[in-house]
Amino acid sequence: MMGYGVLGFAFGLLLVSFEYDWYLAPLMSLFIYAGALQFVAIGFFNAKVGLVDIAIASWFINIRQSFYGLSLLKRFKKTAPFKNYLIFGLTDETYALLTTIKDDKELSKKHYYVFLTALNQSYWFIGSTLGALIGSQLSFNTAGLEFSLTALFVVLCIEQYKNLQNIYPFLIGIFASITAIIIVPSDKMLVTSICIALVLLFTFKQKVQNELS
Amino acid sequence: MSNYEIYLAIGVMTLVNYLTRVFPFIFFRQSEPPKFIVFIETYFPPVIMTILILYTLKDIDFNTAPYGLKEIMSVFFTAFLHIWLKNYLISIFAGTIFYMALVQYFI
Repeated sequence: MMGYGVLGFAFGLLLVSFEYDWYLAPLMSLFIYAGALQFVAIGFFNAKVGLVDIAIASWFINIRQSFYGLSLLKRFKKTAPFKNYLIFGLTDETYALLTTIKDDKELSKKHYYVFLTALNQSYWFIGSTLGALIGSQLSFNTAGLEFSLTALFVVLCIEQYKNLQNIYPFLIGIFASITAIIIVPSDKMLVTSICIALVLLFTFKQKVQNELS
Repeated sequence: MSNYEIYLAIGVMTLVNYLTRVFPFIFFRQSEPPKFIVFIETYFPPVIMTILILYTLKDIDFNTAPYGLKEIMSVFFTAFLHIWLKNYLISIFAGTIFYMALVQYFI
């Protein structure tokens, strides 16, 4: 969980390195609250990406988190009135925590879930706020800091491979991105890649699935 | 983007992000999710992660020196660290510092 704070710090630092106001960091961590998406959002601001494209890209960047909910349907059943907050706070980290802890007594369960979720978000919130504040005070050479985003995705990609042990989705991702880089302008690359990848994924559905079994 | 546009963008991301998380709770409370949804949710995450790596590298100019070498080296360095030490913080931070050093001191 400490890791969340450190990663948040990097996000805040990166955000203000592009001369954005520091308070956008806490604002985003409070309302959006999604690690990867917030990092990518800085790129959206820089490239002046349109709102519809932002919506589509956000949906697909976070689609893995729809999967988390599926496996928590039962556990979240009796968690009113906190259910909406628990669902809102279902980040990668929180999901990993909630699925590794053991349930004890029914009564304290929901409070425990809420506590963990809120603790996670507060680490992220405090980390990103500090990163933004400190980054806007200090002046050091931040050239190359944007690579933290690439590094984050390299790490997430390796983790995905460990889970799935299937090379096809990665090949589709590479092919779709390179095609998009060649055929469309830079600011349309993300959404175009997603569309190409979806078509490819369904075209080669049998092949992709057979690999697993 | 102006601040006004940024607020709008944050609003859109807040909404979409919550919708992705609440999606199964709205639609699959009673019934099992259809097969194609399960298919997308299983196989799309690795696809999008690969796309995002290339997305962050899309503006590299491979036609002039150093031909994207800094980025390629840093990606391999980060991946190597992660496979070796399996600690995502070390991988991300050391990878970034490695790249910053390349950009600021060497090339």
